[in-house]
Amino acid sequence: MAHLVKVVIENKASARDPEGETILKDLLIKGGYEQVKSVRTAKLLKMWVEADSDKDAKEIVSKLCDELRVYNPVAHTCSISVEGEE
Amino acid sequence: MMKISVIQFPGSNCDFDTVHVLNNVMKVRADLVWYKSEDLRGYDAVILPGGFSYGDRLRAGIIAAYSPVMREVKKMAEDGYPVLGICNGFQILVEAGLLPGALLRNSSLKFVCKWVNLSVVSNKSVFTKKLREGDVLKMPIAHNEGRYFIEESDLKEYYRKRQVVLKYTDDKGRVSELSNPNGSIDGIAGICNDEGNVLGLMPHPERASEGLLSPFNSDDGRLVFSSMIEYMSGR
Repeated sequence: MAHLVKVVIENKASARDPEGETILKDLLIKGGYEQVKSVRTAKLLKMWVEADSDKDAKEIVSKLCDELRVYNPVAHTCSISVEGEE
Repeated sequence: MMKISVIQFPGSNCDFDTVHVLNNVMKVRADLVWYKSEDLRGYDAVILPGGFSYGDRLRAGIIAAYSPVMREVKKMAEDGYPVLGICNGFQILVEAGLLPGALLRNSSLKFVCKWVNLSVVSNKSVFTKKLREGDVLKMPIAHNEGRYFIEESDLKEYYRKRQVVLKYTDDKGRVSELSNPNGSIDGIAGICNDEGNVLGLMPHPERASEGLLSPFNSDDGRLVFSSMIEYMSGR
């Protein structure tokens, strides 16, 4: 069965995200949603992975993200979650 | 006779300009080499030119960094041969781990294409031997992902080792927000490895090698190539 694994790549907190800043300042706050305090944009990769379990699928994706530099550890953080079988 | 390889990736677009300048302006032999090549024997230097390898998919430079020719480029870097990455070539060198840092999207979120002033911070690299620290050069930039990023705590070490080579400045050599076209940390435009034989820079020396083609009559880019050629002749 293929397991859906989601990979979210975003800039580290120390690297500015000007797109997120503009969405917050010029769309959300000006649009009246002052409850929103911060916006960070990110890239989402969805991977369907053949594996015996969710855990195995997550491990495969975690390994490939490090090995093939799907994210650049100097500037990005990478979070991986499994959505289950599809 | 010395020979320089200029690598062509799918999406390179400054490959012919670079070969033109080396052959016709600098009068040295340069060959285009396809990215699938697994043999760079016989070449004395390698240049990764500008462009949009693999259409910048996933992240500028990352997919090209895993292409077959890069194994050979890494060997040449380890053996002390000059390795130069211009624009997309710089992005590829960073993603291949041959240079530190990362190149993020410009802080303006726009592609920026203009002539800039560049101050020489260090002449440690083999590509800046003929320059003096403090010299101000004029070259064009043309990129969307040129915001050089590195953690400030790590940056100190690269200053100490004189690896920060070029910065965007005004024409007096001063760093300011106005002179920084893309939001790079400290206005950094180029950085080299500790040995000084690998350099990456966002500006295009091959577009600043013939005064006729520059609104400022600049041929400052030649200094990058002539420094490399002088180093190669002495090797």
